[in-house]
Amino acid sequence: MEVTGFDTWVLSLAVFLPLVGALVIMLIPKAYETELKLVALGSSLLALVVGAYIAIQFDYGAAGDLQFVVDKGWIDVINSRYIVGLDGLSLPLLLLSLVVVPLCLIYSWNHIPEPGNPKAFFVLLLILSTGMNGSFVAQDMILFFVFFEVVLLPMYFLIGVWGGEDRRYASLKFFLYTLFGSALMIISFLALFFLSKDASGELLQTFDMRILTDVAGVGIIKSTQVWIFAGLFMGFGIKVPMFPFHTWLPDAHTQAPTVGSVILAAVLLKLGTYGFVRIAIPFLPEGAIAWAPWIGLLAVIGIIYGALGCLAQKDMKRLIAFSSVAHMGFVMLGIATLTDFGINAAIFGMIAHGLITGMLFFVAGSVKERYHTLEISRLGGLLKSAPRMGWILGFASMASLGLPGLAGFWGEFPAILSAYNPGAGMPEETFRTYMVIAAIGTVLAAGYLLWLYQRTAFGEPPEEFAGASIADVNRDEWIAWTPFLVGIVLFGIWPNLIFNVTDDVVGGITASVEAIAAGN
Amino acid sequence: MDVLLAFSRPALDWHALAPELTLLAFGTLITVVDIIWDDRSKQAMPTLAGMGLLATLVPILTLAVDGTDRAMFAGAYVVDDFSLVLKALFLISGYIVILMSVDYIREGDYYENEYYTLILTSLLGMVMMSSSRDLVSVFVALELLSIPAYMLAAWRKGGPRSNEAGLKYYLMGVFASAVMLYGMSLVYGLAGSTTFDGIAQSMAADATNPVAILGILFILIGFAFKVSAVPFHTWAPDTYEGAPTPVTAFLAVASKAAGMVALIQLVFVAFPGRDDVVQPFFWVISALTMTIGNLIALRQNNIVRLLAYSGVAQGGFMLVPFAVAAEAPARAFEAIVIYLAIYAFMNLGAFTVVLAVARKTRSGEIDSYGGLFQYAPGLAVAMTVFLAALAGIPPAGGWFAKFGLFRALLDAGGAWAAALGVVVAVNTVIAFAYYARILVQMWFQPIPDGDNRPIAVTGSLGAALAVTIAATMAFGVLPGLVGHFGEVSVLSALGG
Repeated sequence: MEVTGFDTWVLSLAVFLPLVGALVIMLIPKAYETELKLVALGSSLLALVVGAYIAIQFDYGAAGDLQFVVDKGWIDVINSRYIVGLDGLSLPLLLLSLVVVPLCLIYSWNHIPEPGNPKAFFVLLLILSTGMNGSFVAQDMILFFVFFEVVLLPMYFLIGVWGGEDRRYASLKFFLYTLFGSALMIISFLALFFLSKDASGELLQTFDMRILTDVAGVGIIKSTQVWIFAGLFMGFGIKVPMFPFHTWLPDAHTQAPTVGSVILAAVLLKLGTYGFVRIAIPFLPEGAIAWAPWIGLLAVIGIIYGALGCLAQKDMKRLIAFSSVAHMGFVMLGIATLTDFGINAAIFGMIAHGLITGMLFFVAGSVKERYHTLEISRLGGLLKSAPRMGWILGFASMASLGLPGLAGFWGEFPAILSAYNPGAGMPEETFRTYMVIAAIGTVLAAGYLLWLYQRTAFGEPPEEFAGASIADVNRDEWIAWTPFLVGIVLFGIWPNLIFNVTDDVVGGITASVEAIAAGN
Repeated sequence: MDVLLAFSRPALDWHALAPELTLLAFGTLITVVDIIWDDRSKQAMPTLAGMGLLATLVPILTLAVDGTDRAMFAGAYVVDDFSLVLKALFLISGYIVILMSVDYIREGDYYENEYYTLILTSLLGMVMMSSSRDLVSVFVALELLSIPAYMLAAWRKGGPRSNEAGLKYYLMGVFASAVMLYGMSLVYGLAGSTTFDGIAQSMAADATNPVAILGILFILIGFAFKVSAVPFHTWAPDTYEGAPTPVTAFLAVASKAAGMVALIQLVFVAFPGRDDVVQPFFWVISALTMTIGNLIALRQNNIVRLLAYSGVAQGGFMLVPFAVAAEAPARAFEAIVIYLAIYAFMNLGAFTVVLAVARKTRSGEIDSYGGLFQYAPGLAVAMTVFLAALAGIPPAGGWFAKFGLFRALLDAGGAWAAALGVVVAVNTVIAFAYYARILVQMWFQPIPDGDNRPIAVTGSLGAALAVTIAATMAFGVLPGLVGHFGEVSVLSALGG
């Protein structure tokens, strides 16, 4: 498909409009607070409009192909190019990222967390947005790497400046973990650059992700693939985060300001799983086959460990953070099966987890704002003191535990099911064991979420808050939350909205993995 | 006797020597102006020195446009693209240092005219260093750049720390020179030639001679002092802390770059056949320098000392490509030149912020940066950019420098290169931990003394900041700019 006219610009606009907004805000003096906020919201909404245009113009019949591709020179000396494009895998994630940021801006409109300074807060959110959007459309490894890293500093500052008591520790931990992962990731990218060959054995020396997907690692011997995959595994696995690299996540989530947690859960973690599906597996199918059982193992450990961690938490936000570890375990299990079914479920799981956990963090933030505590034992009776918020919390908890008819179900259930029949060349017994363990994980999930809901929402409001008037959901919150709630229901009832878009891309990836497995 | 007395003047290529001569002329001019007008000329000194550097860039540009390699004095002095790129880098760094110095030197009531003369003299040594392809010319260039630097380090005459800085630097520098000279004499004795080309031929032929190994190692160790590589780094933190801050910046950037340039030429031109000695040496030295520099930096409370140790560690990063100089010569070469160029701007930028902040807080403690974002958001953002660059986080420039290292290592391939790559990766993480300490103070902490008056940034410091920040960001977003210079310089020096 030849891209012409305005269409050559749309992806770049969607990526860079928020950054332009951030630069404009930097020029506006602090005193003009409303103007600052309007520019921020305006630029992110404009990016969202561009995103809507992309979604409308997208050729769903050819969702497996990259569309809106732009390929321009960038760093000639290392043969890295500015290549952006999007297919059925990128589209839903890009839209998720485009939707979440303006909603977060609206939510923070009147509640900039301590110590204030809306200018810096909004600038950072917009820079973050550019990094996230860019990661999902970049089709050159170096470009991807740059966007992937652009995300780090804004998030570091969001946690460090506007976070809770232990913010310094949490922000540094977040940063060091991810930085280590990305250093190993860039080594792997370079190894791919130097070692990749085309079918005739010519060295490719390219960072172009389209070409590397096409050659699918032929010419790199298996033992080397395993090593390169290990580097990518560190880079993406820390971001997901996978057990045992997950320890930064509960700290970061607990200390981050509300919208920081929301963005972290809704979009940032997806960069890791996206990296597996977009880069690690298609570029190195043999490495992926070798690693898959181990990834599956870590995934199910994550599911159980996350769930047990949840049961031990006293803090509502920390509990939700641990539930993220468990949910991302399901996503990784789906990916580890290397089947159509599993990877589709994983992508669905990314979107569903983004919406549901994002929603839960929003509620947690609003609860904290009203009660000034998130200690579960001190809360209670939310349904009485703020009934609408109580119902929303219940709704999101139900979605999170995988109630059929809501979005969470379609991420979890097929992922478990897919482990029954893993891709060619994979140990069936092992994955069936994983399946059973993961199924136990869903029971535990129901346990901790219902337990959380019971203790916070049921019963009478505790004495210390008896006299206090707890405000129910306000206007800003309704605006910010409604799209999340609608999405959870919509994708729950009509999962094909996502499956239809992603299936072509996933089919392409698994086909090449199967071809390699058959060749062995 | 007739034979000895017969002297024929070697052919001089005036165009090729024009940069050195311009610099020399301006250095002399400053001295003459000082003698004639004395104190009345003080105001004009920084301007005059700055103009001298900019004027020197003109012949460099014309030489670059001309593009032919020019060799003089039987190959001892070569002007090619590599040397031109580095000459330009030295001069631009020097110009930024002068911008940083203007207010510091004027307000501190120090000798002014002499200060600028010495800076220009030291720069002259550096400019010569990048053309030297002969043991003698390397040594002359080294002393020419070092001796003014010893004096500059002790410029705050009244302060005992500055005296300590100068003395320590001097003693260690002289010791290093002595070691190096001994090494040079051994190498000359074996090779019978002082030119790098001649040495290269004889060293490759004389593979097993232990004296050759000793000679090579001594020469390399001499320069390891200069670039403050561990374990020869002990002078650096004390000297950096005690010296006037602009001089520290000058030492940390320009002087270190000059040492690196000498090493580049030695490794790639003089000892290309001796990777059996050179590569293990640099593998160990670079791993040690990165790791120990970083670990000690973690424990610093004074920002200049922290930047000093960070500079030691950054030097370690720069030494990494030498460890794969034989397997991937072009990539290794490029990586070092690119690293030098990016490092110059990001590190000078960081020092400029330190200078600007110290004008208000009068302190070098990291704690004094508390709440900087609240009362000087511009400086805090600038410092954040420089620290992000030093830590190698895109889109600030440093990532491309680190990327170059990884590229050289992976191009070389093999277990040792890969292991060094992992050391680099781990050190990148450690380094961020201490850069983050400054970030934490600036962004997360309250103002220690509650004094939230904004900082007035003087014009010259502002100019220095503008240049460094523009360059740092440009290198990060469009690394092709600096990559191009890296590529150009490789082609000429390796003849490839």
